[in-house]
Amino acid sequence: MIAPADHPLLVAEGLTKHYGPHLGCADVSLEIHEGEVVAVVGESGSGKSTLLGLLSTQLLPNSGSIRYRMRDGEARDLFALGEAERRFLLRTDWGFVHQDARLGLRMGVSAGGNVGERLMAVGWRNYGRIRAEAESWLERVEIARDRIDDRPDTFSGGMRQRLQIAKNMVTRPRLIFMDEPTGGLDVSVQARLLDLIRGFVNDYGLAAVIVTHDLAVARLLSHRIVVMRHGRAIETGLTDQVLDDPREPYTQLLVASILQA
Amino acid sequence: MSANPVMIRLDAVAKTFVMHLRGGARLPVVAGVSFEVRGGECVVLGGPSGTGKSSILKMIYGNYRADGGRIDIHGPAGWVDIARAVPRSVLSLRKSTIGYVSQFLRVIPRVGALDVVAASARESGLDETAARTRAASLLDMLNVPERLWSLPPATFSGGEQQRINIARGFAAERPILLLDEPTASLDATNRAAVVGLIEARKRAGAAILGIFHDEDVRDRVADRVIDVAKFAPEAPGR
Repeated sequence: MIAPADHPLLVAEGLTKHYGPHLGCADVSLEIHEGEVVAVVGESGSGKSTLLGLLSTQLLPNSGSIRYRMRDGEARDLFALGEAERRFLLRTDWGFVHQDARLGLRMGVSAGGNVGERLMAVGWRNYGRIRAEAESWLERVEIARDRIDDRPDTFSGGMRQRLQIAKNMVTRPRLIFMDEPTGGLDVSVQARLLDLIRGFVNDYGLAAVIVTHDLAVARLLSHRIVVMRHGRAIETGLTDQVLDDPREPYTQLLVASILQA
Repeated sequence: MSANPVMIRLDAVAKTFVMHLRGGARLPVVAGVSFEVRGGECVVLGGPSGTGKSSILKMIYGNYRADGGRIDIHGPAGWVDIARAVPRSVLSLRKSTIGYVSQFLRVIPRVGALDVVAASARESGLDETAARTRAASLLDMLNVPERLWSLPPATFSGGEQQRINIARGFAAERPILLLDEPTASLDATNRAAVVGLIEARKRAGAAILGIFHDEDVRDRVADRVIDVAKFAPEAPGR
C-alpha cells in the first residue's frame, strides 16, 4: 500500500494561545494526513487540550494559522471561515469525542435522536431513513437496537462514549478529534472502546487527533505522537520510535514512569 | 546469488543512547555499521549479547533512530533512507516491504489469535478468505492448539504468545524480514517449524536479516554471519 497523496489534510503553523498571562500553547506546528492518527500526550496543564481546541477551531489562537483541505479539494484558512461554514464543517466533515459525554451528547434526547440530529443537520428529512441509519450505527458501536429510544443519561459510561462515536461517524467525517476518550472508564470498558476506535480508523481511513495522558492508548491507536510540555511540542515522531527510543529528557521521564501491568 | 538485488544497505550507521535520567550519560552502541543484504539470502548478526545486534535491527525497522549514516531500503517505489524518512513513509515501508519478528508479542485487547495473524496477512494484500486460510495454516504449523485460535492471546503462555507472534510475522510475505531471536526458548519441534518458514521465505526471494542464539538454527539458515563486534564504537583502527 502506497502512502496517500502527499498533500496533507490539515496544516497548522505556529499556533499560540495565551490565557491572560498564562501560556496555553506556544508555536505548535502540525500536519495531519488522511488516515493518520496523531496522539498528543503530556501531563495535565501541558497544553494538549488547548492544542486540540485550537485545531478544532473551538478556540481562537493569538497567532498562527490552520489550513484544511475541504471535501472539494480546496485548502481553506480555517480562522477565515464564516461562522456558518465553520459549524457546517464541525458537524459534517469533522467529529469531536469528549471525555465528558455530557459535552458531546444531548442527555435529554434519545440515543436515536442524538445520532439522527446530525443527519438532519446535513439535510436528511425522511424519518424512516434517519431512524434506520441511526439503528445501523448504534449496532456498529455495539449498542442494542432496543436502546434506540432510551436517553443517554440511562447509559453506562462506556455506552455513552460509544454513542458519541456513533453520532460523529454517521456523517462519515474525515477527521475526528478525541479528548481523553477512554478517560475514567474501567479497563475492560476501555479495551472495548479502543477496539472500536481502532476498527473505525482502519475501516474508514479516518484521520484523528487523540489527546491522552495514557501512553498505552497512544501506542495502540496512533501512528504519530506529539509530546507536549509547558505548552510546547517538545518531541514528535513515529509513535513506537518516540516511545521506544525517546530523545528528550522529559519524554524519557514520561516513558520511564509507565506502570507495567 | 549476485543475481538477486540488494534490498538493505547500511552505510556508516551509528547509534548512541543519551540517558537523561542518568545525568545525560552517553552510551555508544555501534558505529560505522556498513553491510548489504540481498534478496534470497539470510544474513545473521553474530557476536556476544550487548554488542548492539538488536539495536541494528530496530534501526532498520525505524523503531530506533540512527544518529549517523544511511539505512537504504529497496521499497516498491525505489530506495528510501529510513534514517531520514518521514513517519508516513516508514509506516508505508513496514506495510509493503519490511517485516519484523521479535520474541515478544504486543497484544491487542479483545482480538483473537487467528484474527491477529490474519490481519497481518491482509496488510500484505491477501483477501479475507486467503488471509484466514494462511493464518490457520501457520498456527497449525507452529503447533498452536486450535481451541486457542478464537481467544485473545493476552492470557496465553509466553511460548504460545511467541508462536502467535512468529505466525503474524510470517503471515505477511514481505520482501525483507528482520528476525530478532524468534526461536529463543522454543522447543525442538517448533524451532524446526521456524527454520522451515525461514527457508521458504528465502526460496521466495526475501532478504532475511536475523539474530539467532541457537547454533543449530543459525547453522541451518545462515548464508553469512556478520560479526557485530567490529562495529563496536571503541573498536581499534577507527
